[in-house]
Amino acid sequence: MDNPSVAKEKLGELDDKIRGSQAWNSIFRPGSIFKQGYQDSPRNRSYVIMNSILYHLHPVKVKRHAVKVSYTLCLGGISFFLFILLTVTGIFLMFFYRPTTTQAWNSIYQLKTSVTFGLLVRNMHRWAAHLMVLSVFLHMARVFYHGAYKPPREFNWVIGIVLLLLTLLLSFTGYLLPWDQLSLWAVTVGTNMAGYTPVFGNQVRFVLLGGNEIGSNTLIRWYVLHVLMLPFVIVIFMAVHFWRVRKDGGISGPL
Amino acid sequence: MTDIPDHLRQRAEDARYRAQAGDTLTDTLGSGDLAVDGGADERLLSVIRAGSIQELRTQPTDKVNVWPHLLVVEFVAALCVFTFVTLFSIFMNAPLQELANPNKTPNPAKAPWYFVGLQELLTYFNPMVAGVLGPGMAAAGLIVLPYLDKNPSTRPEDRKFAVSFFTIFLMFWAVLGIIGAVFRGKGFQFTLPWKDGLFFDL
Repeated sequence: MDNPSVAKEKLGELDDKIRGSQAWNSIFRPGSIFKQGYQDSPRNRSYVIMNSILYHLHPVKVKRHAVKVSYTLCLGGISFFLFILLTVTGIFLMFFYRPTTTQAWNSIYQLKTSVTFGLLVRNMHRWAAHLMVLSVFLHMARVFYHGAYKPPREFNWVIGIVLLLLTLLLSFTGYLLPWDQLSLWAVTVGTNMAGYTPVFGNQVRFVLLGGNEIGSNTLIRWYVLHVLMLPFVIVIFMAVHFWRVRKDGGISGPL
Repeated sequence: MTDIPDHLRQRAEDARYRAQAGDTLTDTLGSGDLAVDGGADERLLSVIRAGSIQELRTQPTDKVNVWPHLLVVEFVAALCVFTFVTLFSIFMNAPLQELANPNKTPNPAKAPWYFVGLQELLTYFNPMVAGVLGPGMAAAGLIVLPYLDKNPSTRPEDRKFAVSFFTIFLMFWAVLGIIGAVFRGKGFQFTLPWKDGLFFDL
């Protein structure tokens, strides 16, 4: 009859033991909400940021209007979160995908039919990718309408445009990978356009395709761009983008 | 002249007196020269800017702690996005058409939705303009935008030209994209989606 309360007591003891242990206390810095007896005080509120990895992203305090959802619509943050989601789901997909013209389509098909959560994760990767392109576009529009590209934030706008272009490239390189009719012909249309570049159009197209037409060279090339090179580059630009947000005085003021 | 307070007038008067008496202390302060000529009181007042003696502290800005105010908002936003993507993915499957076949061109063959506006542009202009120069100029324009726009104001009423220009720019691409995606059918000919169905896949 006393079992629930006894169990509760035992759990409480265990909790105290773990949170009081040296290992636990070595992991969390002072003020952490995971520490024993976190108390809500102005000092601890500062410590949560100051004494954690979040200090790389956020200052301890921001202007009051900066936390209003109606001002930013969270669009930059949503883009970043979608990027993380895409990274996680993308790594999952990499376990099953084979970047050759003979195996690519089959590996996606098997992912759909015989891999646990394969269909769901592929769907999430696809829809999150489309959403990210959309949210980056909307973020750019939001920043424009607030005039947030004006001094001292001019250069961060430029970095933002680079991030937009990188997002488009990431999405476009991923488009080819399933190697179905949709991807092959969408990429054909896209790369034919790049072939009309003045003077060295053919060379541009050759470099993009790794040959004169789309084939296994294109697939491996775009695969490496999609899973390694472009994510690497975009992460660097994102780091500079976030850093500049803080260095330029936080997000722009209200209208 | 009348609005100079009496005690300042008195101080200037004293300074002038001391300067005439050859007091070196005021000279080191630099007011000796001023004090010699008649309008010392005026000059003293005009040299010192009000801001430099008043408002020494900068105005405190209204700030809030990132934890919990911002982090909670971000966490909720992330949760909403995750939930939305998961639910959408449960009910909507990503397309996987038949195996790629270079010898079988689908009709119509369309670019991904963010490039379909360019494909639409291709039906009006020659490929070099629509495929390369158009998007190239758009990207270059966006990059140099903050250096071209010299207007310091961020208020919409002061930026009528910039706001309308950018809105037209966005609408231009949106309309082209929608026409290309939804209103183009076989042979990339104009079609009505409610009559002939959709020729578009994400």
